[in-house]
Parts: sequence; structure tokens; C-alpha cells
Amino acid sequence: MVVSGEKRRSEYGTERGHDDEKGYLAGARAAAPFALATAMLGVSFGVLARSLGWGIAAPIAFSLVAFSGSAQFAVVAVFGAGGGAPAAIMAAVLLNTRFLAMGLAVAPSLKGGRLRRAVEAQAVVDSSWALASRGGGQFDRARMIGATVPQYVAWVVGTVVGVLVGDVVGDVERLGLDALFPTFFLVLLVEQLRNDDRRTAMVALLAALLALLLMPFTPPGVPVIAACVTALLGLSNLGRRP
Amino acid sequence: MITVWATILAVALANAAIKATGPILLGNRDLPPKAKAVTALLASALLAALVVTETLGGEGRFALDARLVGLTVASLVLLLRAPVLVVVALAVVATALTRACFG
Repeated sequence: MVVSGEKRRSEYGTERGHDDEKGYLAGARAAAPFALATAMLGVSFGVLARSLGWGIAAPIAFSLVAFSGSAQFAVVAVFGAGGGAPAAIMAAVLLNTRFLAMGLAVAPSLKGGRLRRAVEAQAVVDSSWALASRGGGQFDRARMIGATVPQYVAWVVGTVVGVLVGDVVGDVERLGLDALFPTFFLVLLVEQLRNDDRRTAMVALLAALLALLLMPFTPPGVPVIAACVTALLGLSNLGRRP
Repeated sequence: MITVWATILAVALANAAIKATGPILLGNRDLPPKAKAVTALLASALLAALVVTETLGGEGRFALDARLVGLTVASLVLLLRAPVLVVVALAVVATALTRACFG
């Protein structure tokens, strides 16, 4: 009995292992276009930080330990405009507060105890988190981690290239590459809308409107956090499919 | 330079703490059903808001520029169910062309 129990468990274990492996690979594949865009953004971050007199080590270290395009660009922008460290840190924190909600949502789908889950949650970035969303609040943990790894590598390598070689991509804006991320997010949103009920569409519409209304009046980061509030519609019966 | 390094460290720590908060609070427990009903809609809310802020955000808080043309083109080809790479390529080309024509 014990033997067969052991056997079954180990078979189950390898099966899970295979599933995970497939998930990592699928995530990495799905994230490939994001990784390309991330690399280009990394280059422009490197160039920008270097032009502020940050030297070589600091911009690369920043990308290695923070891995956050929005926060890092915000810090550079605040310093570039003559602001101080407190303002720069505040801007970065405000931009990344959305990860609090995303971390809560993904937490039950992670593995292991508190510490391991906290480490795994470091893989939360917008694109990976959205790619791993299975609907109904379920997330594919392996897919999320698999999607983050190539983007992390791309971000760091891009930063190194930007710092050392300078602007090899040319002007990101002139080439229209600044349209990449909103387009990717739109593609992911449309996928969500195709799979889910009418309420999902209503939430998306309200969130977009709220963000649009708040943008001119609030610091960057606030509109996105405020838009999360629209998900509270999940507590109502409005538009729920019978 | 000390200020820069201190800021880098602070942002990295804050970032890690923000991401770790959910899992540390929850441990291996599941979210209560009501919370789950909310997080189920979070992806759409966040993605919709990110589309808006990444399209219209800029150095000022709000900027109408060529990205809007790119996103409009992307929406139209998405309606036609074009493959992702086609959608993205057309959005980038439309944005670049608009900039080249209207500066």
C-alpha cells in the first residue's frame, strides 16, 4: 500500500514537473515580443541614465535590482527635472503600487510557503501577470515565471547596451516603438474580453474612462491604481451571465 | 552619486516589498470567494487602464500624439482578428508614419 502510494505520488510529481516545464516554455514563447520591446526600452533607459551622469554601474545595477521600466524611467525623469531622491522614490512607489493588487490576486496560485511565494511573486510584471491570467481569478504560475525570465534578461541586456554603446535603436519615438506597449496591452485586453462575460467588458470600459478622467489631474500611477476599484463590480450581480 | 545609489536601493526594496505583500499576507490560503470575484476582474481593469495611460501618458501628464493613431489602427485590425504580430507591426508603422508626416 505504502509502496503504491509512494509510486503514485512520484508519478504525479513528474507529471507536475512536465506540466511546469511546458508552462515555463509556453510563457517564455508568449513573452518573446514583449522581450524585444523591453530590450529596446532598456537601451533607451541606459542612454537616458548615462546622459544624466550616472556612469556605467548605477544604471545597470538599477535594472538588475529593480527590473521595473515604469519606476526606473520615473526616477530618471524626476532627477532630470532637478527633483530630489524623496520625490523620485515616491513617484516610483506610486507607479508600482498596482503590483500590490496583482500580487494579492496571484498569491493563491503560487507554490510553497510564505517565503517562497514572496520570492515567486517577484516575477509579477504587467505583461507576465496578464499572460498568466486564466480567468476567474486563476493564474498559471509557471507561465508567469516563464514569461518574466526573458523580459528580465532583455531589460538588463538592453540597459547594458544603452549604457555602453549608446542609442543603437535610434529614436524610440521616431520609429513608433512607443506604441508597442499600449498595443500589447490592448491585445491582452481583447483576449480577456473574448473569453469572459459582459461584466468584464463593463469593467474594462469603466476602468479606461476613470484612468482617462484622472490622468490630467493626478501624478502618474494614480489613474491605474484608481482604475482597479472598478473590479469591485465583481461583488455585484450586474451583467453576470445567468 | 550617493543619492543615486540610495534611490536605487530604496526603489528596489520598495518594489520587492510591494510584490511580496500579497503572498506574505495570504500564505497558502486561498482568497475568500468575494475577493476572488474581485480579482477575477482585475486583469481587465488593469489592462484597460494601462492601454489608456501608455497611449496618452507622457512627460506632461497627458499628451495626444501619434500613438493614438497607432492604437486606433491596432483596434481596427484586432476587430478583423488579425494575428498579434500583424497588429503590433501595423500599430508601430502607423505611429511612425504619423510622426514623420506631422512631426
